Amino acid sequence: MSEIVEPKAAVPGHPPGEPGEPGGPLAVLRRGGSAFLRQREATVFLVALALFLYFTLSNSAFLGTNNLTTWLSGYAAQIILITIGEVLLLICGEIDLSVGFVFLFAPFLMHYLIDFYGVPAILAILISLLLGVAVGWLNGFLTVTLRLPSFITTLGTGFILWGLALTTSHAAPANIPASAAGIGKFFGTQSGGFAWAPIIWAVVFVAVFHVVLTRTRWGLYTISVGDNLLGAQEAGISVGRIKYGNFMISGFMGALVGLQVAFYDSTIDPSAGQWQPMFYAVTAAVIGGTAMLGGQGTILGGFLGALVLSLLLDGLYLVGVNANPLYIVFGAAVLIAMIANVQLTRLREAGRQ
Amino acid sequence: MTTTTPEGQAAPASSDGDVLRCEHISKRYGPVTALTDVNLRLARGEVLGLIGDNGAGKSTLLKILCGFQPPSSGKIFLDGREVVFRSVDHARSLGIEAVYQDLALINQLSVYHNMFLHREKVRWPLLSNRAMRKLAKEHLDDMGVKIPSVDSQVAQLSGGQRQAIAVARAVYSEAKILLLDEPLAAMGVKEGAIILDLVRRLRERGDVSVIIIAHNYGQVLEVCDRVNLIQHGEITLDKYSRETSVQELTEMVVAEFRKALEERQRSA
Repeated sequence: MSEIVEPKAAVPGHPPGEPGEPGGPLAVLRRGGSAFLRQREATVFLVALALFLYFTLSNSAFLGTNNLTTWLSGYAAQIILITIGEVLLLICGEIDLSVGFVFLFAPFLMHYLIDFYGVPAILAILISLLLGVAVGWLNGFLTVTLRLPSFITTLGTGFILWGLALTTSHAAPANIPASAAGIGKFFGTQSGGFAWAPIIWAVVFVAVFHVVLTRTRWGLYTISVGDNLLGAQEAGISVGRIKYGNFMISGFMGALVGLQVAFYDSTIDPSAGQWQPMFYAVTAAVIGGTAMLGGQGTILGGFLGALVLSLLLDGLYLVGVNANPLYIVFGAAVLIAMIANVQLTRLREAGRQ
Repeated sequence: MTTTTPEGQAAPASSDGDVLRCEHISKRYGPVTALTDVNLRLARGEVLGLIGDNGAGKSTLLKILCGFQPPSSGKIFLDGREVVFRSVDHARSLGIEAVYQDLALINQLSVYHNMFLHREKVRWPLLSNRAMRKLAKEHLDDMGVKIPSVDSQVAQLSGGQRQAIAVARAVYSEAKILLLDEPLAAMGVKEGAIILDLVRRLRERGDVSVIIIAHNYGQVLEVCDRVNLIQHGEITLDKYSRETSVQELTEMVVAEFRKALEERQRSA
C-alpha cells in the first residue's frame, strides 16, 4: 500500500495540466491518486478492497453468485441499513442501542397482526415499520424532552422490546404468514432474483441518505447539532427536532431490517437481532470515520465500514475458519482493519501538508 | 453630552439619531447588584466601546441588550420607541445581534454553510450550494474578510478569521446593532488587526451601529467613535475617543481600584 500513499510527492490542490508541472501518464496517475486520497472515505475503501481481493484470491467460490448474495444480501445489507441510522445519530451526538430489538420485535408484530387480528398483510407490514418509527419517537422523547442520556434511554427501551418479544412469542419461532409471503419477496428471499433485493434496498437507502446528509438542511443541522449544540441553538436550529427525527430514522431502519431478515430466512426468529446488529453498525460507522463524540461522519464511510465487516463475516467463514474461533479472528481483523484505516488516514493527512 | 466629569453620571441626551438608548437600567441577582443605574446611548452608524474591569457589569449589560435576560428595572428604546425584549430571538428580529466569544460557528461545516446557517438558500429538497457559495464570497470580499476559500472548513481557520466570519455573518443577517463580546480577547496582534479592520470598514459603511466590549483601551480608542467606562454597575465616563486617552482611562480604573483597596483595608 506504500505505492498508493506515494502521491504525497504530488502537489495537492493544483489542477491537472498546470504549466510548469511535469506531464506524462505517471504524473496524471499520481495527481488522480492524490485527488482520490483526499476523499475522507478513501482509506476505508482501500481496506475493503484489500479484503475483497484477499478473499477472491483465497477461495474461488467467493465470486460465485451464491456467495455474492450471501455476502451482500445475507450479511452486508442489514449492517448497512442499521449503520445509516447509527451514523446520523452518532453525528448529532446520540446513539441507539435499541435498534436490534426493534429488529427483533417488528416481524413478530407483523405476524400477530396478520395471524391473530386478521389485518391485511400490507397494512401489517406498514404498522410494523411504524413501530420502529414510534420507538424512535419514544427514544427522542426520553432523550430530548426528558433529558436522559440516549445510552440509557435506548438501553431501557431495548430491554423492554426484548422482553415484549420474548413474552408474546413464548420465545418460540413463528412462520412467515402466508398472506405476507408475496410482498415479502420485495424485501428479499433466498431464492431467485429476489435474493438481490436486500442489497438493492440497502444501496438505495445509502444513496438517499448520503444526499440527505450532504445536500439538505437536515444533514447540515444534524452535523451542526453534534458539532456545536449551543451554537446550533443560537443560530435558531430546533435541535430537539433534529434528534427526534434521527432517532425515528434509526428505529425505522431497525424495523425494516427485522422484516427483511425474517423474509430472507423464511422464519421469524426470537433470537434474531438483539445487541449484535447495533454493535456491528456502530463499529461500521466508526471504521467509516464517524466520530463517537458527534459532529463528524459520512453515510458513504459507514457503508464502506459495513462492507468491511460483512466481508470479514462472510469471507472468514468461506475460507474455513471454524465457527467457534471465528470471533477471535473477526475481532482481530476488525482491529487490524481499524489500525490500517487510522494509519492510512495519518499518512493521507501528512501528504496533504 | 460630549463630555462629562469623570465622577459624574452621564445624562442621556435625547437625540433623535440614537438607534439604541437605555435609561436607568439596573440588574440584581438576589442580594447581588450587578448593574445599579446604567444610562447609555448609541447613535446610528456609531461604534461605541464599552470598557471596564472584570465584574464591572459589562457582560450583564450585554445579556440585557441582546434579550438574553430582562433588566430588574429601566427602559430600553430602539429608534426612540420603547421595547421589552422577550428573548434573544425577539431582540434579533428587531435587528440586535450579539457575536459571542464562543462564536456559534459550526467547525465541521464550510465557511459558506456557516454564513447561511439557518438561513440556507434551498431549491427544495436540495441546498443551493452554488448560490450560497457565490453570495458568501461576494459578501466576505465586500467586507474585506480574507480567507483561503469559502469552501474551507471553519475548523481550519485562525481565531481572527473565525471571529471575522461570525461578525460578517451577523452583518449579512441585516442586523442594525451589533454587540461584539470581547472580539479581541486571546488574539495576537495580527489576528486582532483583522477584526479592527473589519470594524473600521463597518464604521465607514455606516449602516450598522456597533457596541464593542473590550479590555484593550488602546485598540478601543483606535476603532471606536466613543467610549463608555463602566464601573461598579454604572457608566462613569462617556467621552469621544479623540477627547480621552489610554492614560485617562487607565487612571480612572486604577483610582477606582485603589479606592476599593483602601476601603477594604479600613474595614479590616
